[in-house]
Amino acid sequence: MQIDLRTVSIEPLRQTFDHLARRFGNKPASRYQEGSYDIQATENLHYRPTWDPDQLIYDASITRIVMQDWYALKDPRQFYYNNYTLARARQQETTEANFTFVETRGLADAIPDDLRQTVLDLLVPLRHAAWGANMNNTLVCGYGYAAIFTQACMFHAMDNLGIAQYLSRIGLLLGDVEALEAGKTDWLESEVWQPLRRYVEDTLVIRDPFELYVAQNVALDGLLYPLVYEQLIDGDLSPRGASAVAMLTQFMRDWYEETRKWIDAVIKTAAAESPANRAVLEEWTTHWTQRAADALLPIVRQANAEQAETMLAEEVTALKARLKKTGIEI
Amino acid sequence: MDMKVAKKKLALKEKYKLLTRDLGWEPSYQKKDDIYPYIKYEGIKIHDWDKWEDPFRLTMDSYWKYQAEKERKFYAIIDAHAQNNGHLNITDARYLSALKIFLQAISPGEYAAGKGFARTGREFPGVGTQVACQMQSIDEIRHAQTQIHALSNYNKFYNGFHAFADARDRMWYCTLPRSFFDDAMSSGPFEFMIAIGFSFEYVLTNLLFVPFMSGAAYNGDMATVTFGFSAQSDEARHMTLGLECIKFMLEQDPDNLPIVQNWIDKWFWRGFRLLGVVGTMMDYMLPKRVMSWREAFEIYGIENGGALFNDLARYGIRPPRGWDDAGKALDHMSHQFMLALYQYNFGTAFHTDIPTEEDMAWLDKKYPTTFNKYYRPRWEHIRKLKEAGTPYKNMGLAKLCQTCQIPTVFTEPDDPTQLTIREVDYKGDKYHFCSEGCQHIFENEPEKYIQAVLPMPQLFQAPLSGDLVAWMNWVGLQNGKDNGDYFGSEDQKNFDAWRDLATRNV
Repeated sequence: MQIDLRTVSIEPLRQTFDHLARRFGNKPASRYQEGSYDIQATENLHYRPTWDPDQLIYDASITRIVMQDWYALKDPRQFYYNNYTLARARQQETTEANFTFVETRGLADAIPDDLRQTVLDLLVPLRHAAWGANMNNTLVCGYGYAAIFTQACMFHAMDNLGIAQYLSRIGLLLGDVEALEAGKTDWLESEVWQPLRRYVEDTLVIRDPFELYVAQNVALDGLLYPLVYEQLIDGDLSPRGASAVAMLTQFMRDWYEETRKWIDAVIKTAAAESPANRAVLEEWTTHWTQRAADALLPIVRQANAEQAETMLAEEVTALKARLKKTGIEI
Repeated sequence: MDMKVAKKKLALKEKYKLLTRDLGWEPSYQKKDDIYPYIKYEGIKIHDWDKWEDPFRLTMDSYWKYQAEKERKFYAIIDAHAQNNGHLNITDARYLSALKIFLQAISPGEYAAGKGFARTGREFPGVGTQVACQMQSIDEIRHAQTQIHALSNYNKFYNGFHAFADARDRMWYCTLPRSFFDDAMSSGPFEFMIAIGFSFEYVLTNLLFVPFMSGAAYNGDMATVTFGFSAQSDEARHMTLGLECIKFMLEQDPDNLPIVQNWIDKWFWRGFRLLGVVGTMMDYMLPKRVMSWREAFEIYGIENGGALFNDLARYGIRPPRGWDDAGKALDHMSHQFMLALYQYNFGTAFHTDIPTEEDMAWLDKKYPTTFNKYYRPRWEHIRKLKEAGTPYKNMGLAKLCQTCQIPTVFTEPDDPTQLTIREVDYKGDKYHFCSEGCQHIFENEPEKYIQAVLPMPQLFQAPLSGDLVAWMNWVGLQNGKDNGDYFGSEDQKNFDAWRDLATRNV
C-alpha cells in the first residue's frame, strides 16, 4: 500500500534561479550549482582596495591566466560546504580509528628505533610545509576569482591544516614533544630541509593566485605526496617494519588521490581556454616542478640514500605524464 | 621487554598550541614584510603575535566532525520542508518579503565575508589568528550556501527570489548592503576585523539573527529557523573571535586606541543604517510580529551593547559616536524607511503594502509617542489615495546618501518634522548625506566614498539612459510579479489558493 504523504500537489512557477537558468536551462539545479555559481559580486564594485588601489576588490586580472568565464573551473567532486564536510568527517573517523588502533596496541613502540627515527626525520618537518600549503591555498581563495574555484581552494587550505595537525600528532605519538622540537630545528637549520623551506618561503611572496596554485598544488604537492607517502612510506618504510605509519598516514594518501582529480580538472580547463594560458601554465609548471624536484631530493635521500634519484625520477616522469593529460607539456 | 613509558599528557591549551601556532616559523629566505605586505599601513602596532589568545581551540578533525553533524540535521530538515510543501505552513505569504530581502541583501554579504576572512586568514602574521580567521571564512561560505539552499524551494513557488544574484550587483536598494561589505573588503585587515569581526558579528549580529529567526519561527517558516539555528553555533565562535581581536589590538599598543575607536564609530553607524532594513521587516513585514524594532534594539543593542562598551572602557574605548543619535532614531527609523520603500515599490523585488488598521493599532502600541502622531496620518493619506484609484507612487528618483546609500529620508535627531539634509562640497562636486554620522564617515575618507557607485545616476547613464523598462530587465525585475503591493499580488493569490488546497476539500 502506498500512502501519499504530500497533501497537495502544486506546480512550481519556476525550477531555479535566473542565473542558473541562463547557464543550464530552466530545470532544477543541484545544490552544488546553487551554492557555487555566480555568488561572488562581479559588477558595480564600490571602492578600490586601500591595501592596493591598483586592484579591484574582486579582480580577475591579478593573474596572468585569462578566462572568459571563471566559473568554467568547476570541481569534478562537486564539493560545496556540505558534501565536503561530510566527506572529511568520514575520513576523520577512519583516521581517528587508525590512531586509536596504533595507540592501543602499542604498534608505535613496535617500530624499530632506527626506523622510527627515519620516519620522524621525514614526516615531522613536513608539518611546516603543510602550513605553507595552508597559507597558499588560503591566498588563492582570498584573491582568486569566482566562487566555484575559490571555495574549493578554501576546502583545500583547511585540508592542508588538517594534514599539518595529523603530522604533528604522528610526531607526538612516535616521539613526543621532543620530536616536534627536533623537527622544527631540522626545518629551520638542517641542510636537508633548507631547499624545501626556501621553496615554501618563495611561494609565500607570490601574489598571482593562479601561479601560486600551480607552484603549491601542482608542482610541490604533485611530487611530495607520491614521493613521501607512496614511494617512501608504503614502498620502503612500511615493509621494513613501519606499517603502523602507513595506517597513520592513510588520510594523506586518500586525500591526494581525491584532490588531484580536482587539480587536474582546473589545469585542464585553464589550459584548454587559450594557447596563451597554456604557454603560461607550461612556463610555471616547468619552473616550479624543477625547483620542487631539487628541493625534495635531499629529503628523499635522507630516508633512502640508495634509491632516492630513481624514486624522484619516477615521480617527475609520472607528474609530466599527468600534466600531459591536462594539455601541459613540460 | 621494556616497560612502556607513559607519554606526558599534554594540556589542551598546550596541545592546541603545538597543532597550530607552532606550525609557523621566522622566515629567513624572504622578508616578513614581503610575506605580510598589508599589515603596517593602517597604523596598528602589534609587537607580539604570540600574545594572541586563541578564542576557541578547534582542530580540523573536530571541526569536520561537529560541522558534519550540524550539516546532516540541517539538510534533513530542509529536504523534508521542500517535500512536504512546508511553505504552505507559513502564516501568510506577506512574510516572504523578509526572506526576499534576506536573500538579495544578506546572503551575498555572507559570501563576501567568507572571502574577506580568507584574506585576513592569510594576511595576519600570527598562526593562531590565521586559523581562527580561516575557520570563519569556511563557515561564511557555509552560511551563504545554507541560506540559498533553504530559500531555493521558496523560489520555485514565489516571485522575487529568482534574480537575487542580479539584484546583488544591480538593484538600487542592494547597494546598501553591497557598499557596506565592499567598504569592509576594501579596508585593511585590521579594519576588516573591526568592521565584520567585531561590529557586525559581535555588536549587531544578534539584532539581525535573533529577530529574524524568531520572526521566522513565529510565522511558521521552519526552513529559515533551521538555517538560523544551525548558523548560531558558528556565530558564537565568530563573536569570540571579534572580541578577542579588538582586545588584542588594544592591549598591544596604546597608539592603537584612537584608530580602533574611529573604526568602531564608523562601523557602528554603518551597521545601524544597514540593520534599519531589519527594522522595516520587524515592524511592517511579519504577519505575526515578535517584538518591535525598538524593543529588539533596546535588548540587543542598548543593553548588550552598553554592557560591552562598559567592559571595553578599561581600554579607553567609549561608546560609538553615533550611539545617542541611534537611540533618538529608534522611534522613527523603521517608519521612515518603510514609507520610502513603499513609495518606490514599483522598483523593489519584494512586496510591501499599506499597513492594515490592525497593524497600525499594533504600531501605535509599540511606538506610543510617535506612530499616531507622525506616521499614521501619512499611511492613512496613502490609503485614501489608493482607494481613490490614484495610488501614491514616487516616480522621481531618490537622493541617496553618499555613504550608506539609503535615500535621504531620515529626520533630525531632535526634530522628527525636519528632514536631515547634509551636504559636502569636495573637489568641485556636491555630496549628500542622510545623517551627521554618514557625513562624518565621508569626511574621514573622502577619496574612498567619492568612488561609490550610486544607482540613481547610473540609471540615467548609458546604456539605460533613463529607460525604466530597460532598467527592470537589467536588474531582473518582473514588472507586475515581483514588485508592487502585496495585496492583489500573484504571491498572495497563489498562496491563498494553495493553502485552500491544503486545508480544505475544494
